[in-house]
Amino acid sequence: MSRYFTDEHEWIDVEGEIATVGITDYAQEQLGDIVFVELPAEGTTFEKGDDAAVVESVKAASDVYAPISGEVVETNSALEDEPALVNSDAEEDGWFFKLRLTDATELEGLMNEAAYKKFVASL
Amino acid sequence: MTMLKEGRPTAPTPVEDAHMAPATATGNRALMLEEKLIFEIGSTDTTGVDFADAPQAASRFGSLARTDGIGLPGLSEQETVRHYTRLSRQNYAIDLGLFPLGSCTMKHNPRLNEKVARMPGFADIHPLQPQSTVQGALGVINELAVWLITLTGMHGVAMTPKAGAHGELCGLLCIRAALEARGDARQVVLVPESAHGTNPATAAFCGYKVEDIPATPDGRVDLEALKTRLGPDVAAVMITNPNTCGLFERDMKVISDAVHAAGAFVYCDGANFNAIVGRVRPGDLGVDAMHINLHKTFSTPHGGGGPGSGPVVLSEALSPFGPLPYTVRMADGTIHLIEEDNVGEEMPQSFGRMSAFHGQMGMFTRALTYILSHGADGLRQVAEDAVLNANYVLRSLEDVLDAPFGASGPCMHEALFSDKGLAEGFTTLDIAKGLIDEGFHPMTMYFPLVVHGAMLVEPTETESKAALDQFILALRSLAERAKAGDEALKGAPYHAPRRRLDETLAARKPVLSWSEPDLADAAE
Repeated sequence: MSRYFTDEHEWIDVEGEIATVGITDYAQEQLGDIVFVELPAEGTTFEKGDDAAVVESVKAASDVYAPISGEVVETNSALEDEPALVNSDAEEDGWFFKLRLTDATELEGLMNEAAYKKFVASL
Repeated sequence: MTMLKEGRPTAPTPVEDAHMAPATATGNRALMLEEKLIFEIGSTDTTGVDFADAPQAASRFGSLARTDGIGLPGLSEQETVRHYTRLSRQNYAIDLGLFPLGSCTMKHNPRLNEKVARMPGFADIHPLQPQSTVQGALGVINELAVWLITLTGMHGVAMTPKAGAHGELCGLLCIRAALEARGDARQVVLVPESAHGTNPATAAFCGYKVEDIPATPDGRVDLEALKTRLGPDVAAVMITNPNTCGLFERDMKVISDAVHAAGAFVYCDGANFNAIVGRVRPGDLGVDAMHINLHKTFSTPHGGGGPGSGPVVLSEALSPFGPLPYTVRMADGTIHLIEEDNVGEEMPQSFGRMSAFHGQMGMFTRALTYILSHGADGLRQVAEDAVLNANYVLRSLEDVLDAPFGASGPCMHEALFSDKGLAEGFTTLDIAKGLIDEGFHPMTMYFPLVVHGAMLVEPTETESKAALDQFILALRSLAERAKAGDEALKGAPYHAPRRRLDETLAARKPVLSWSEPDLADAAE
């Protein structure tokens, strides 16, 4: 399994043709206490960069973009009752949705963990 | 993802309350009275009015008949009066003190306005009355319309929108109608970062795709970025001027010319018109549509004190598409209301109605009273005093609070500070909560987003120097405490009816309705 990061603060775990997507620990820390997560419907297809989910903290709602193109095959329903999971475990249990990849070449050019850490440090 | 870095702490910080007074048996603290919810007072058998028993009648509801009580609170008249009076004492109001909520002016509401609005000829009429019997009221609408057109240098005005955002919607609907009339299906509305937060919401509500235009480091619209983005898909640009950084958009005319050259329209958010009224005519700057908040610039009550009112002034290009109804003065001096059945050839392209009737009549009366009692020179002084007061606050505090645009010259009607320089762990929220203890409503905080930990202060034109000095004293003291790392500040407010609330818990587990405790227990 490989983990990729985007400069929009999403992480992507790729296993075969299935990609699990969430927001990074840095992102949850910046957003503050998450109170609501709106997830896409299973079966929705996204082009890379489409609005895919909404994450809401007390003060603001933020769009989460589809980091790669694909079809939603599963969403993390645990977030509906416990959005705080995004704060407590953003990069594991706080995942948002799983996509069936349309085009694996889109993964090229995304950051690995070391590159993302460097990117965050530069912000 | 889009990421707003302006998240603020939303859960209270535990702080030792070593110096708090001991608790009282009732929960009351002298004149600060603890008040229960209205459902927890009295009993359902109590009523403030004695009615004769209702005659017995057979129910015709069948299976729809109610089987349980309706759960209305039961209070005597005295209990009711006390309940609301006690609640009102826990509130902060412009009639109690300075209300520095930037972007949402709270200024004095002159009592003369109230007297005039209560005259029976204005207060006791109905919108469906024959027009011949309400000529005075129609005259008020018409005269106010003339003033608004004159003050803004525009061509027409739609009086019916009910508030600022409703006015934005009206303006964008005019723009959409004008584009549709020429068969132009433009899809994008550009909104600079220095605009009011309602602007992108309005554009999205109208079905447009919203795109941001960045702000320059000095807090204004990035002209080059705007010019680069303009194109045949752009329907309009929505600009707030003076903007929400409290600055005048100096390039407004250049922006308008570029927008018009690209075939698009300029919407100006005129919520901050009180900073330029009598000094600048938006019509001269190339604006096509702009709402005016009567509840800001023209002193009608705001925020719980009364409804808003947001007339929209329109350019010659947009006027034919404005909403019905509107008033016209006939040659014989009578005022006619132009509606669907008599619009004839005058405005066949009107997009429709923004409201069922004429608009917020009570606010029209107050606004015209304000205008006539000030006169043109008085209105000019409104703008001058609004700007003078804001600059007094800005310059009095910039040695203790970071003023990110302090070096860009004078501000307009709002002074903007950031949280830069506060001690580690101290935030804008701590200062805002501290202001409650100092007896003020907090300023607008964490907006605009272009400034970290923003504190936006609008003192308004109606505060005296003495009142401003007291506010400055309070804010200076809080800024010094936050810079010195005074831990007690994190526990503020100490003297309010409630301490710092757990907003996170409230948002995650909202309790939105009251239920009888024993029933709730039984359900668990």
